[in-house]
Amino acid sequence: MASVVPVKEKKLMDVKLGELPSWILMRDFTPKGTAGAFQRGYYRYHNKYVNVKRGGVAMVLAAYMLFSYCPCYKELKHQRLCKYH
Amino acid sequence: MNENLFTSFITPTMVGIPIVLLIIMFPSILFPSPSRLIDNRLVSIQQWLVRLTSKQMLSIHSHKGQTWALMLMSLILFIGSTNLLGLLPHSFTPTTQLSMNLGMAIPLWAGTVATGFRYKTKASLAHFLPQGTPFPLIPMLVIIETISLFIQPVALAVRLTANITAGHLLIHLIGGATLTLTSISTITAFITFTVLVLLTILEFAVALIQAYVFTLLVSLYLHDNT
Repeated sequence: MASVVPVKEKKLMDVKLGELPSWILMRDFTPKGTAGAFQRGYYRYHNKYVNVKRGGVAMVLAAYMLFSYCPCYKELKHQRLCKYH
Repeated sequence: MNENLFTSFITPTMVGIPIVLLIIMFPSILFPSPSRLIDNRLVSIQQWLVRLTSKQMLSIHSHKGQTWALMLMSLILFIGSTNLLGLLPHSFTPTTQLSMNLGMAIPLWAGTVATGFRYKTKASLAHFLPQGTPFPLIPMLVIIETISLFIQPVALAVRLTANITAGHLLIHLIGGATLTLTSISTITAFITFTVLVLLTILEFAVALIQAYVFTLLVSLYLHDNT
């Protein structure tokens, strides 16, 4: 299943399903590469939702709320509604 | 009930990894740096607020004191945003931990005192004795002033910790009371709910006021010493 364009330079949506493992493996896993990936992801979100004329951080705060529920789950588990505690 | 009340103040760990550092760094995401002449809504509001606060807070200082502008403004932004984020449900507020508040208060206070001793030694030492004290009282008064100087950082930290912690505890308690009262007497539950709403409004105010008080006191200590 060789393609004309090398797998390395394709975007994720253009990669065929059989080429997926090789595409994942060729990603840059060095610290600099990982940091670059986080930076790119952050700026994609920021420029789409926050850095517009009428943007906001409401979604960020909602995600923070849901994220901070996870450490609390253990203590809140027995506050579920049930007949006998 | 007893154990539940204070579990919201333990440092959060997720699958064994302490994420408290991530939570402390989280408010920085909400303050993007301005890149254009006229930015988006969020950045414009923040710029306006920072200009308003900095003008009001730094007007009393001399040129030397105004070099602390960045420190004071970032301090008030950090404490204000951290306290406000702590009002979201289930979130962890780093300023409820005395360790962090002492870590903020002691270096800043020590910086102001060291600045005073270094540049205006005689005037800083003169602060230990108020003007016009009767001669026999002088030794005792110097001791009292020294104690009140050394209590400043502890008071700064404990004030912030106690205010925020007490507010969170009250919200937990009254919220729990409201929930249990709904099955007993609806009227009382409604009254308790009104108290809860008022308390939440107070907590929003306290979050901002505590940030302001902390920064104001640091700036006052700075003013004394520059």
